[in-house]
Amino acid sequence: MSVLSEDIKNRIRALLPKYPRKQAVTLPALHMVHDEYRHVSPEAVVEIAEILELHPSEVQDTMTFYAFFKEKESEKLGKERVWVCRGLACMLRGAYELIDHCEHKLGVHCGQTTADGKITLEFAECIGACDGAPAILRNDEHVMNVTPEKADGLFAEIRK
Amino acid sequence: MKYEPILLARIHKPNSHQLEGYRADGGYAAIEQALVDKKPADVIAQVKDAGLRGRGGAGFPTGLKWTFLPKDHPGPIYLCVNADESEPCTYNNRILMEKDPHQVLEGIMLACYAIRSEKAFFYVRYEYGTAYRALEAAIAELYAAGLLGKNIFGSDFHLDIVLHRGAGAYICGEETGLIESLEGKRAWPRIKPPFPAIEGAFRKPTIVNNVETMACVTQIMRRGIDWFKSLGVPPDPKNPRDAGSYGPKLYTIAGHVEKPVCVELPMGVSLRELVEVHGGGVWKGRKAKAVNPGGLSMGFVDVLAPLKGEDGKTEYDIPLDFNGPGKVGCLGLGTAAVTVIDDQTSMVDVLHNVTQFFSHESCGQCTPCREGTGWMLKIMERFRRGLGRREDLDILVDVADRIGIIPGTTICGLSDGAGWPVKTAIRKFRSEFEEAIRKGEPSRYAKPLQMVGAH
Ligand SMILES: Cc1cc2nc3c(=O)[nH]c(=O)nc-3n(C[C@H](O)[C@H](O)[C@H](O)COP(=O)(O)O)c2cc1C
Ligand code: SF4
Ligand code: FES
Repeated sequence: MSVLSEDIKNRIRALLPKYPRKQAVTLPALHMVHDEYRHVSPEAVVEIAEILELHPSEVQDTMTFYAFFKEKESEKLGKERVWVCRGLACMLRGAYELIDHCEHKLGVHCGQTTADGKITLEFAECIGACDGAPAILRNDEHVMNVTPEKADGLFAEIRK
Repeated sequence: MKYEPILLARIHKPNSHQLEGYRADGGYAAIEQALVDKKPADVIAQVKDAGLRGRGGAGFPTGLKWTFLPKDHPGPIYLCVNADESEPCTYNNRILMEKDPHQVLEGIMLACYAIRSEKAFFYVRYEYGTAYRALEAAIAELYAAGLLGKNIFGSDFHLDIVLHRGAGAYICGEETGLIESLEGKRAWPRIKPPFPAIEGAFRKPTIVNNVETMACVTQIMRRGIDWFKSLGVPPDPKNPRDAGSYGPKLYTIAGHVEKPVCVELPMGVSLRELVEVHGGGVWKGRKAKAVNPGGLSMGFVDVLAPLKGEDGKTEYDIPLDFNGPGKVGCLGLGTAAVTVIDDQTSMVDVLHNVTQFFSHESCGQCTPCREGTGWMLKIMERFRRGLGRREDLDILVDVADRIGIIPGTTICGLSDGAGWPVKTAIRKFRSEFEEAIRKGEPSRYAKPLQMVGAH
C-alpha cells in the first residue's frame, strides 16, 4: 500500500516539466511530503524516488544532507515548528536567554516536540531578520523583536 | 544633501509588491524598451560599462561575468538567482523580495535577455517564506499579464522563472553548492574550474547572480550608466586592478545599535557614519568596541585602533566600498551587513558564536574545513568555560590561516570566511583573550547549546 496520497503524488508530478531533470524535483518533493506528513519515512523516500525515476538511496542521500528534514517516526514534527535564532545579531540582543526561556516554558530542549504534539522547538542560524533581533521563525515566517512575553503569546496562540 | 533611495524608493508605498503599482511607477518599461531597440550584447555592454559589481559578496563585475558564457551556444543557458542570503546578519535581499519583488524580476528578465537564457531558477532560502510568497504572487501576475512565458511584449523573447526553495543550509549560497542543491543533490560545492558560466546547472552554461545585483540591473537599464557612475567610488588610481565601487548599496545594520535597519546609500559611506547616523548610534548610550563590516565571514574592525597614515582616524572610519574593509585586514565588503558589538560584550562569547556557526555549516567535503572549523569551536568552548590556554590563541590563528581557497586548501570560500573572523578577532583583541585566560572565569553562556545534525 502506498504511504503517499495520490494528491501529493500528483502535485510532485506536476513539478516535473519545470526542470530539465527529474532529480531537481527532489527538494520540492521532500518539502511537500515533510510538510504534510511531518517526517519523511523510508517508504515515502521509496515512493518519491519512483516518481523521480531515481534510486531511493539518491533521495535519501540528498535528504540527509539537510538536517531540516526529520526521518524517524519518533522525531515527527509537531503541528508547528518554532525556531529561535541563535545568530550573532540575535545573540547580542538576548537570543540565548530567549532560547533558555522557550526551553523552560515548553519543557523541551531544542530539537524536541512538546508532549501535546503542538510545538517543535529548534534553534536556527541567522534567519535574516536581524532588524528584529532577537527573532523567531514560526514555520517559515519571521516573528521579530521577541520578548519572553511575546514568545509566550505565540505559544498560546499555537496551542489554541 | 540627503540621498534619495532608488532601490528602496518604493518599499513604503501601499501594495508595493503588486504589479499595478510597479507599472504605474514606470516598471517594466526598461525591458519593454530593451526588447525593441537593444540587442542582448547592448544590454551586457550597458551593465559592464556602468561598472556594476556583484552584490552577493565577492564583488565580481557583473557584465564581465556575462561575457564568459560560450559564444553562439545553442542553449539552453540558465540564470540562477541567488536568494539564499544566509550570511549571518544580512537581510537586504529579503527586503527587496518582500517589498518590491517586481524590481528584482525585471532585472532577471533583462539579465536573461542579455545572456540569452529562457529559464531562470530563483533559489530562495527556506526561512524567507514571506518573500517566497511575494515572489510567487508577483510571478503569477506576470504570467497573467503575458509578461512571462512566450513572446514577451510581442517579441521573440521567451522566459520562464522557476522558484525553488532551500532547506536551511548556508552552503547553498555558494554558487556551485546552490547548483548542486537545485539539481536535487547534496549541496557540495564543486571544484572550479569549470566555472558555472562554462558548465553550471544541469551541465549547461549558467550565470549565478545575487538578488540586489538584479535590482541594480533594472535601475542601470532604466536610468543609464551616468546615473550609476555618479554614485559611489571610482577606481583607485594606484591600483590598476581596482574596478571601482559604483552605484547605490543596501547596507544592513544590526547588533548593538539603537535602530537596526536596512538603508540605501551611495557606495563608500564610512562605517562610523553608517552606525552613528543611520543606525541611531550604539544602544543604551554605550560605545562600540568591535564591528563586523560585511557579514561574519569578513572579520572584525577594532573601533579604537588608529588608522595607519590617517591622523586622528580609526578603523571605525573606513569607507564601506569594495576596498575599505580590506585596508584594515578584513576579507572584504562581503554583503555590507554591519553588526555592532558594544564595549560590555565579551569577544570570547562573540567568537564562540562565530565558530559555532561555521562549524555547524561546513559541508564537510574538505578535511581542513570540516576539522578546522570543529577544532576552532572546541577551543572556543574551552574558552567559554574559562579553560582557555595561552597556546590556544596561536593554534586558532594557525588553523584560521590555513583553511580556505586563499591558502589553497579547500574547495570553497566558506572556510576563508570561517578563518577571517577568528584571526582578526585574535589579532585585534588579543589582550582581551589573554585576560580571559588569566582570569579563567566561565562565560555567562558557559552552558553549551545542543548541536543537532551537521548542517
Ligand atoms: C559560503 C558562501 C556562501 C555564499 N552565500 C551567498 C548568498 O547567500 N547569496 C549570494 O548572493 N551569494 C552568496 N555567495 C557568493 C556566491 O558564491 C556568488 O559569488 C554570488 O551569488 C554571485 O552573485 P553576484 O555576482 O551577483 O554577487 C556565497 C559564497 C560562499 C563562499
Ligand atoms: S571549504 Fe568547507 S564548506 Fe566549502 S566545500 Fe570544503 S568543506 Fe564544504
Ligand atoms: S542573527 Fe538572528 S536573524 Fe540574523
